[in-house]
Amino acid sequence: MAYLDHAATTPMLPEAVEAMTAQLTVVGNASSLHAAGRRARRTVEEARETLADALGARPSEVVLTSGGTEADNLAVKGLFWARRAADPARIRVLASPVEHHAVLDAVHWLGEHEGATIEYLPVDAYGRVHPEALRAAIERNPDDVALATVMWANNEIGTVMPIRQLADVAAEFDVPLHADAVQAFGQLPVDFGASGLAAMTVSGHKVGGPYGIGALLLGREYAPVPVLHGGGQERHVRSGTLDVPAVAAFAVAGRIAAERRDWFAREIGGLRDELIAAVRAAAPDAILGGDPAPAGPDTLGRLPANAHFTFPGCEGDSLLLLLDAQGIECSTGSACTAGVAQPSHVLLATGTDPDLARGTLRFSLGHTTTRADIEAVAKAIGPAVERARSAGLS
Amino acid sequence: MTEIPAAPQRRLRVLAAMSGGVDSAVAAARAAEAGHDVTGVHLALSANPQSFRTGARGCCTIEDSRDARRAADVIGIPFYVWDLADRFREDVVEDFVAEYEAGRTPNPCLRCNEKIKFAALLDKALALGFDAVATGHYAQVVTDADGNRELHRASDMAKDQSYVLGVLDDRQLAHAMFPLGDTVTTKDEIRAEAERRGLAVAKKPDSHDICFIADGDTQGFLANRLGRAEGDIVDESGTKLGTHEGAYGYTIGQRKGLRIGTPAPDGKPRYVLDISPVNNTVTVGPVEALDVTALTAIKPRWCGTAPAGPGTYTAQLRAHGGETPVSAELVDGTLHVTFDEPVRGVAPGQAIVLYDGTRVVGSATIATTGRATAAA
Repeated sequence: MAYLDHAATTPMLPEAVEAMTAQLTVVGNASSLHAAGRRARRTVEEARETLADALGARPSEVVLTSGGTEADNLAVKGLFWARRAADPARIRVLASPVEHHAVLDAVHWLGEHEGATIEYLPVDAYGRVHPEALRAAIERNPDDVALATVMWANNEIGTVMPIRQLADVAAEFDVPLHADAVQAFGQLPVDFGASGLAAMTVSGHKVGGPYGIGALLLGREYAPVPVLHGGGQERHVRSGTLDVPAVAAFAVAGRIAAERRDWFAREIGGLRDELIAAVRAAAPDAILGGDPAPAGPDTLGRLPANAHFTFPGCEGDSLLLLLDAQGIECSTGSACTAGVAQPSHVLLATGTDPDLARGTLRFSLGHTTTRADIEAVAKAIGPAVERARSAGLS
Repeated sequence: MTEIPAAPQRRLRVLAAMSGGVDSAVAAARAAEAGHDVTGVHLALSANPQSFRTGARGCCTIEDSRDARRAADVIGIPFYVWDLADRFREDVVEDFVAEYEAGRTPNPCLRCNEKIKFAALLDKALALGFDAVATGHYAQVVTDADGNRELHRASDMAKDQSYVLGVLDDRQLAHAMFPLGDTVTTKDEIRAEAERRGLAVAKKPDSHDICFIADGDTQGFLANRLGRAEGDIVDESGTKLGTHEGAYGYTIGQRKGLRIGTPAPDGKPRYVLDISPVNNTVTVGPVEALDVTALTAIKPRWCGTAPAGPGTYTAQLRAHGGETPVSAELVDGTLHVTFDEPVRGVAPGQAIVLYDGTRVVGSATIATTGRATAAA
């Protein structure tokens, strides 16, 4: 079995499993005042400090959520509501068109139900938002911008965004910028404090932690209107009893992901390069999606674990089926809920022809990926592409 | 002395079409249990894949797709959703509308089997390396002594669905698998089998409707598509008896809903005898005038070689109809059929399927009917 869908979810690190199971049998609500509550609270706060440390943030800037989707919703809706409440003129939301659906659909919802004006920022052929594009969009009327949201790195095609420069532009106009850093955490140097972002989303199960836990990194001066109302936990921004075992495990996974980031970029990035070479050798007309350059100190490039291809004349679903039958697990893009494949909004935003956009495959590597996984792809991909092409586009 | 084991049945790569209903789920489970390498696929056929109807029946909803996926997970087979909505709209839905518009009565399930399940789906399956497409239809594919494939009625005549498969040709049959066809069983027993296999669809209601007409209101669907087109309802002599709001809303043999004020001279009920899209009239008359003794049918499709010369067969004229003896002959690509006994309510556009015993010989689309008067 070659599991190459780590961007969907990656196996939990043994250390995280250990931290989680150690907490599962311990009683204590972190909001309780007695000894059990204090003990739980200590576990949570230590985890918060660990996460803050791994992400270049202050502990008070870590707002724990049920995952990336919730953190994205809280950032987008909560900041919109708060900014509009402070000044009713602020109704414009600037978003990249290549965002994950957790952002994109939240933005869309604001447009449909909250009177927001949605403006999608232009991207280049790699799916990248340029700072000048953000500047131009804000300058059209700096006073009516509620927030901007641009992901740190794209989950489908791996392109890394110039977050620092985008944040600088936003800061010039006092516009809060949110970034979904779910894919970036563990793969790129993600330093919330240095980024200039107002808010940033991370998720547990993408970095070797458990499902159902994530965080919104939130600058202390921001008070988004809550999406979840209740007991007032998490700075009164996100109510709900904290999941102590998940929080503890997330912190362990986050710490290790940050510590191993150089190793990951080098080793897993190296395997990714081998995979790209192997696919190109077997299917010379395959088109690599996103920025082909590696991420580095001077280049934005692409995520080290991402390899995204378009195979002309093939249906991505057909390729997926053929590879799945041989134990190779990858994806056509990001997972789709209805099960009916639609051309990826990311590819369409980069100007890819809709028919071509149906023939995509995303391989995403992770901490358990081995050379044998790459060799399995190298062996299978050529015949699979040939066969899928003969099946054509239905 | 040890017994020489029988040669195992060839392990096939089977693509099981799973609608989300109980029959196709059990069919997929049986194919897997027989040792085949089975992959489930749900066909997304609705133009709007987001449609979600509570308690929906048919094959076009997210709920059905989930039910199918759930069944595949329990069976332990891979599962995919394939979007064939464009092909389905072109080949089945638009054909359905056009046929009604032309005053004919189509059977969309037949069309779907011919153009979608055993064409678009089968072709893609074969290209991807599958050997066969399995469905939950009740019918049997039998290979005769010479290796020719034959389509036969299901063991259980009450469940038989060979009529809607009568459009399949030899090549399509060669790659068709009907794991339920040899079952003499009641629906309750299939449900019990589903239950035993842990399939949650065991209790799901049957689908009877046309799957792309969500609420079962065919007239409403057609009216929406074709608009109002008022015309005359006339008797056999051409005398106007009333008006209609669209000739497509009528089916030959229909008695109810004619809304004619004046009763027939003999006081007997009147039936739709003819629909003429050209003058937009609906002709009604006495039940005897519905009697048909001959018909012609076009676009014949044979399950094997076309019969040479005239022959005698039994014919089935609708999905849940009985059999009737006929003589038939193919002349210049048109099938000429004579009934031994008059039959009633035969509408152009319907399929006639010819049988030789339980074997399906072929099918054709009814083009014209020959009517005997009461005196004939």
